[in-house]
Amino acid sequence: MNAFAALLTALERARSTGRKLELLTAYFKAAPAGDAAWALHLLTGRRPQRIATGPELRRWLGEATGLSDTVLEATYAHVGDLAETLALVLPPPRAGTQAPETSLQALLENTLAPLRGASAEARKSTLLTLWQAYPQGPRLWLNKLITGGLRVGVGEGLTLRALGQAFGLDPAVLQHRWMTPQAPTAEAFNALVDPEQATLHWAAPYPFCLAQPLRDGALPPHPSTAVLAEWKWDGVRCQLVRREGKTALWSRGRDRLEDRFPELTAAADDLPEGTVLDGELLAWAENGPGPFVELSRRLQRKRVTAALQRAVPVRFMAYDLLELHGEDLRPQPLEQRRQRLETLLSPAPAPALLLSPRLDNRSWESLAALRADARRQAAEGLMLKHEASAYESGRRHQSWWKWKLDPETVDAILLYAQPGHGRRANLYTDFTFAVWDQGALVPLAKAYSGLDEPTLERLDHWIRRNTKERFGPVRAVTPALVFELAFDSAHPAPRRKAGMALRFPRIHRWREDLAIEDADALETLRARLLPHG
Amino acid sequence: MTTPLLTLTDRGLHCPDGDFTIDPWRKVDRAIITHGHGDHARNGMGHYWTAAPGVPILRKRLGQYSPVEGVPYGERRTFGAVTVSFHPAGHILGSAQVRVQRGDEVWVVTGDFKREADPTCAPFEPVPCDVLVTEATFAYPIYQWPNPDTVMEEIYAWWQRCAAEDRPAVLYTYALGKAQRILAGLHAFTNETVWLHGAIDGLTRIYRDAGVTMVPTVPVSEMPRSDRGAGRLILAPPSAAGSKWAKRFRGASTGFASGWMQVRGTRRRKGYDEGFVLSDHADWPGLLRTVEDSGAQRVLATHGHTDALLAHLQGLGIEAQALATPYGETEAE
Ligand SMILES: [Zn+2]
Ligand SMILES: [Zn+2]
Repeated sequence: MNAFAALLTALERARSTGRKLELLTAYFKAAPAGDAAWALHLLTGRRPQRIATGPELRRWLGEATGLSDTVLEATYAHVGDLAETLALVLPPPRAGTQAPETSLQALLENTLAPLRGASAEARKSTLLTLWQAYPQGPRLWLNKLITGGLRVGVGEGLTLRALGQAFGLDPAVLQHRWMTPQAPTAEAFNALVDPEQATLHWAAPYPFCLAQPLRDGALPPHPSTAVLAEWKWDGVRCQLVRREGKTALWSRGRDRLEDRFPELTAAADDLPEGTVLDGELLAWAENGPGPFVELSRRLQRKRVTAALQRAVPVRFMAYDLLELHGEDLRPQPLEQRRQRLETLLSPAPAPALLLSPRLDNRSWESLAALRADARRQAAEGLMLKHEASAYESGRRHQSWWKWKLDPETVDAILLYAQPGHGRRANLYTDFTFAVWDQGALVPLAKAYSGLDEPTLERLDHWIRRNTKERFGPVRAVTPALVFELAFDSAHPAPRRKAGMALRFPRIHRWREDLAIEDADALETLRARLLPHG
Repeated sequence: MTTPLLTLTDRGLHCPDGDFTIDPWRKVDRAIITHGHGDHARNGMGHYWTAAPGVPILRKRLGQYSPVEGVPYGERRTFGAVTVSFHPAGHILGSAQVRVQRGDEVWVVTGDFKREADPTCAPFEPVPCDVLVTEATFAYPIYQWPNPDTVMEEIYAWWQRCAAEDRPAVLYTYALGKAQRILAGLHAFTNETVWLHGAIDGLTRIYRDAGVTMVPTVPVSEMPRSDRGAGRLILAPPSAAGSKWAKRFRGASTGFASGWMQVRGTRRRKGYDEGFVLSDHADWPGLLRTVEDSGAQRVLATHGHTDALLAHLQGLGIEAQALATPYGETEAE
């Protein structure tokens, strides 16, 4: 645990990507396989299940320190992070005591795992012992494991690069192996980094090729006719893998989805052995894609009923062919892959498999006109792919672009504020915004990104001075400030007070020029955004 | 009913019977000053009284010929029916708690204070009282200061690491008090020269004149133009961070010494490479101990972050309230 805690502390302080890479590589080289497996798991964003709730932890902290709820609440509000509050409020271990030598694996598997579902008494007594044993530095990370709130800002890409460096592996090979999730065990880790091991799991997908966003009127450095244009579908990016007579459906987040979509598994039955399609999983309305919220109804259910299948039909909209008859087609130019995909899918072997149509690319003007029409196609804009490009993994190449629609916007009033996480743990950065409804304010959306640091600090200062009421870490503020929020789309949400919800809301700018009377009204928003509602 | 001994006005903490104001922020005739930080000692008062060791600092801030009168620690002065005396607060050189007595009623205004040892000033002296007006800058239980000797060791080790990499080590620190405390603390490890930003240099001279032992220092203005500070430790006020002045020290590692560095969010947001937890204010245990030592049955808290402290004291059966003052807003920490 100590080496892992030291790594996390050092990563947090590291200022450059190079330095982070160095730290991660050194850790993977030195750590025993069982620890490295867990570290990889945690660094790539998998979170251990929490073993105590916030209120439980606060109660035990109160008992351990003799501090009242009011004092601890105020302190938590000041720090903004419970794990850190716990680490700092508890007295440091007596001078000269060393942190226990327990390995990360032993701590997680032998000490923490058995606590899940254990009695409150058992969990409390183990945690109090741990708190007393570890100094403040490791104690913070220990608490993050306990609360299930560990976030490390290094990202999967960097972690895998470091792992590749530590074991002298080709990054492409490692990425490909990594696509099949593994349990955090020493065996799985050793297989992952074994330079000799070559056989992949039958279901292994390929690392996804990602697109660069086009911003500020920029266009790809090619003539429009050298670019394959398609709609940018608003679904879940997936690979459909057909091998050994079996089918797997992988999301980009490396989740296996085939059990949730039996109609797609059935549709894949007639694909040739050794086929991998790249495409978009979509909810389907009568004759076109349905809204994303519909699809999420299907995604949320692990076991799917016939009724749900009928209520929310789905389609797999294929746009690339990565493997055919067991041959890896990724090095071939897109144009050739696309031709083979069209041959494979015409006629489509099953109605649930569709081919993403090519759009008219005769000029950038014609494409711009299509883009402007994307919302009517239930698309988010256009995808542009260089026809000569190989299928490369990640986002670092220059051959795929997403040309998204300009976002919708709304002027809304700041109502509640909550502290952020990590670097912004004691700064108010998470906001709830409201719009007018018959002279009253109704909450419409939560947004936390989009303001720069100095603006956030200024806003934080204002919030602290204009708090009307507090609910735990949340502050209700005097309605006075107006912000322009951007969002991708809106959909009906009957259980919300506003009756609608926004997709990907973010703060565009602080409208200091507007008074609260100038903010938008729900009625006009509904008319503008939910024309069918 | 008698008037309260001290009362908060729009100018400061005023004593009607003695006709003076403690640490006023607007013009008054008679000002009693706890210490020389900018939020406590302001220009434009008719006459100033402060603890004797603090006089040179006040003169530097207010002007060489300003009407400042030094009073030795513990010596009593009479203002009408009220007796006033200054007692060491352990915050910076010349910092004092102000004890105000009328009959057998005693109030103490702590000003800024700390309980940790500091070689640059007289140690805090507990003063029994009925009402304690205390600062509450770091009034949360997460603030429990590490041993200052350990922090000095960390600062020295960081400097040596920078020196080994041939980089400058630029340590940002409040110019008055903290900087000199570090210079004195480093003396336990080295006698190497430390370089000072101009804002720190003048104040450091005052400390030397007062007999405080520190490592040798030279102002950065005397550094040869070709010298980029590699391997050197340079002290500067936080306002110099990111300035043209700081650009000279290319490739520098930056550090910040402050009690706020205890919190991870603040540490990361401020963007210094290193954060050293070193404060000239009382931590949570220091505040509680001081209230207890004073025996006060009533506590008034200034400096803003008072909610946890008030709740805690009320839980102990002590009458506790916040005083809305502008202290801590312009000050260092
Ligand atoms: Zn001060
Ligand atoms: Zn102050």
